[in-house]
Amino acid sequence: MTDQVQRMDVTAGGRVAKSEKSKLVKRRYAAERRFRFYGMAAIGTAVFFVFLLFGSIVNNGWSAFFQTKLDLTVHFDESVIDKSGQRDRMTLLTANYRKLAREALLAELGVDPADRPMRRKAEALLSRGAAIQLRDVVMDDPSVIGTTQKVELLASGNADALMKGAIDRDVPESRRQLDNRQVAWLDELRAKDILSLAFNTGLFTYGASSQPETAGIGVAAIGSFFMMLIVVLLAVPLGVAAALYLEEFAPQNRWTDLIEVNINNLAAVPSIVFGLLGLAVFINFAGLPRSSALVGGLVLTLMTLPTVIIATRAAIRAVPPSIREAALGVGASKMQTVTHHVLPLALPGILTGTIIGLVQALGETAPLLMIGLVAFVVDYPATPMDPATALPVQIYMWATAAERGFVERTAGATIILLGFLILMNSTAVIMRRRFERKW
Amino acid sequence: MTTQMIFLILLLAGVAAFFYGRMRARAMTVASAEKFHSRPGHHGFYVTIWTMLPAFFLIVLWLVVAPLVVRWAVTNSLPEAATASGESVSLIMTTVEQLSRGVTQLEEEDFDRISSGAMTVQEVMRSKGVLVGSDAKPYMLQAAILDERLSANSHLFLTLFAGITMIGGFLYGRRGIAPRARARNAVEQVMTLGLIAASTVAILTTAGIVLSVLFESIEFFRMVPPADFFFGTVWDPRFSAPGRVGGSDGQFGILPLLWGTAYISLVALMVAVPIGLMSAIYMSEYAGNKVRSIAKPLLEILAGIPTIVYGFFALVTFGPFLRDAGGLVGFDIQASSVLTAGFVMGIMIIPFVSSLSDDIISAVPQSLREGSYGLGATQSETIKQVIMPAALPGVVGAVLLAASRAIGETMIVVLAAGIAANITLNPGESVTTVTVKIVSQLTGDLEFNSPQTLVAFALGLTLFVVTLGLNVFALYIVRKYREQYE
Repeated sequence: MTDQVQRMDVTAGGRVAKSEKSKLVKRRYAAERRFRFYGMAAIGTAVFFVFLLFGSIVNNGWSAFFQTKLDLTVHFDESVIDKSGQRDRMTLLTANYRKLAREALLAELGVDPADRPMRRKAEALLSRGAAIQLRDVVMDDPSVIGTTQKVELLASGNADALMKGAIDRDVPESRRQLDNRQVAWLDELRAKDILSLAFNTGLFTYGASSQPETAGIGVAAIGSFFMMLIVVLLAVPLGVAAALYLEEFAPQNRWTDLIEVNINNLAAVPSIVFGLLGLAVFINFAGLPRSSALVGGLVLTLMTLPTVIIATRAAIRAVPPSIREAALGVGASKMQTVTHHVLPLALPGILTGTIIGLVQALGETAPLLMIGLVAFVVDYPATPMDPATALPVQIYMWATAAERGFVERTAGATIILLGFLILMNSTAVIMRRRFERKW
Repeated sequence: MTTQMIFLILLLAGVAAFFYGRMRARAMTVASAEKFHSRPGHHGFYVTIWTMLPAFFLIVLWLVVAPLVVRWAVTNSLPEAATASGESVSLIMTTVEQLSRGVTQLEEEDFDRISSGAMTVQEVMRSKGVLVGSDAKPYMLQAAILDERLSANSHLFLTLFAGITMIGGFLYGRRGIAPRARARNAVEQVMTLGLIAASTVAILTTAGIVLSVLFESIEFFRMVPPADFFFGTVWDPRFSAPGRVGGSDGQFGILPLLWGTAYISLVALMVAVPIGLMSAIYMSEYAGNKVRSIAKPLLEILAGIPTIVYGFFALVTFGPFLRDAGGLVGFDIQASSVLTAGFVMGIMIIPFVSSLSDDIISAVPQSLREGSYGLGATQSETIKQVIMPAALPGVVGAVLLAASRAIGETMIVVLAAGIAANITLNPGESVTTVTVKIVSQLTGDLEFNSPQTLVAFALGLTLFVVTLGLNVFALYIVRKYREQYE
């Protein structure tokens, strides 16, 4: 490039023929076009990555929102569930529901229950969660015992995979998870309209499980909800108060500088270091329960605080000084000026910043791994002190699970997480558009 | 009364005090001929502050000090023989505290059984549903009874004193309602103190990070010499098993981890810098408003996606793709490798490079461009020979900030980089990073007396220092550059 320009100087002297001149100009224009193309290609590549990322997640995960179910006619045999007829809670909880589900399926397929190998093959089509589903039916209403009901039961992970096309029928039988007999059964059940794909409500309600078909994000979502609640309750008041002080009251001195430098540095500290802080201070020193949403919320609060402070300061700075001067002029005190005028006018900006901070906190995983939120939690946490897990941590645990059925679940949970984040971000954008004020 | 209950009552009393104070001030304003200095609301707050704050500080102080006092008293009450026998006092106290939880359920005959030797303390407690160790001895039971009684008494006194302070404060605040009283000034002073307290949380957090990481690291360096940690080339911490305390049976060389971190970050920068920089140049110099308004938010989406999503993408889609692609051209790439993790991390930090560079390029004064155009340079020549040299320090700062992001990133490398601590030049092999090892040393059972757990804090300290240094250096460069044109 440099030598071209130098040659330009030579041509300016007029010693070079005209054709040569135009060739040089052409070359420079070509270089210009090339450079412009590089720029467009760079943006194109980056945008392509955005679509690739979303495309890959959606492609892997859409099927998680559907689940193969079996509409079976189950006879709630009293002799199996509760011979004594006492309807004792313990008896009802521990009855052999697996047998009921199995017999219903065997009857439908016309398999002799005495034929053990065949029985086992047929049973492999049912999820282990089916027994729990039947137990829940009975626990809800013990009067079904003795009657025959149509119940929707979960199919096993392999049956589900076949229905969704994840198991290739052309693969030789010996290397397929389901043999020819089982595939034929599934086709038969499908033709009879017993086997069907339905919307997967379990994905939203279940907790941790070792079987993909009974694993869901319900428990993790509650944990995340508790943490977000703690973040909102702590980070917003603290952050707004700190920002107000720094913008409106703080004198220009060393101490104020120190606080400002600290806030900027905290915003850039790797999130995993906050996890170490949580482990050492909140769990080891303060003795708060490990794996609890409380500790997770506190760590996320400290992480979000810089974001909230920086956003709030920007919003406060955007309020023109004339407003303050007018308020002070009519006799308001400094504090009254701030609380009656500056804060309400800065509120939309503060809310937008808060939402952005929350988005960050909701997607954060690494510090939560340090403080024991990587837990196999089956029950809904009732309070923030109970063992809990969070949405992104649940995704991490599923991503490292061995069963193939979990890939689909992981991507499905990721879609839900991204959906939340997009929703929150759009709220922030809409609020900014709606309430933005040009002074 | 539980502690939560006390706090709740205090809160309710505060709210009630506000309404009472406001009402009273209002009534007095109407009745008195003198003009009030402060508004009724200020008087309300004034009463609230007097009702709540002294009692609040008393409770907090009590909750911190009282358990220490009780512990001291109980420790002193232990018989000489117990402490003389060489048993650790803190172990005895742990058992005593466990015992004190169940001691209220014991009845007369239980004591008889223990003193006659018919049942051990452990058996008796188990029958009450309280689990204690087998080292529980009868004399500890006496200490436990004392502990329980003192704690209960302490709590009773706390409730009593808190109540007195609360009522006293309320009465004092109430007396302050007068036309001349400067209630507003007092309230605003307290509010300002509150704001100052809130702003120190940032400093406390930094101090907390530094202290917690430092203390545990010092503990670690007591077991493993710093030279072995910083210059060791073998990372092999072994499993931390109970009873295997000591630094001799594990090697904690940080160099393989640093190498992995640096290599992956380098690959990430090689992806992110060209794409991010060219995007920024195009958006600030060429693109019209329309393209800008679409492309910029699209790029920023990349910054908003949680890193766990990138990690999953790398694990499920990109890693296998790269492995297959490498297989086609005869280059052996493992599914989790430097390339996989580095490339996906590069995608993640594109927006960091691009948006910062965009700001910096836009900040180059227009006069420089116009001067260049005036000499006959094309747009790309202007960018390459005038704008970029002018923006270079700022761009370097942006790249350094992106690098610090890459070094501290965890979830992508946890899922896509592998766990084998290698020092290798082959980008197709898997390496591991500092962050991966922090995670793997701290998940599962923790023992805070073994180097296997403590090493995570030493790693965290290294990470903190490195990223902090990069950030400070980058900000310094960016700020210095900005001053040039302002």
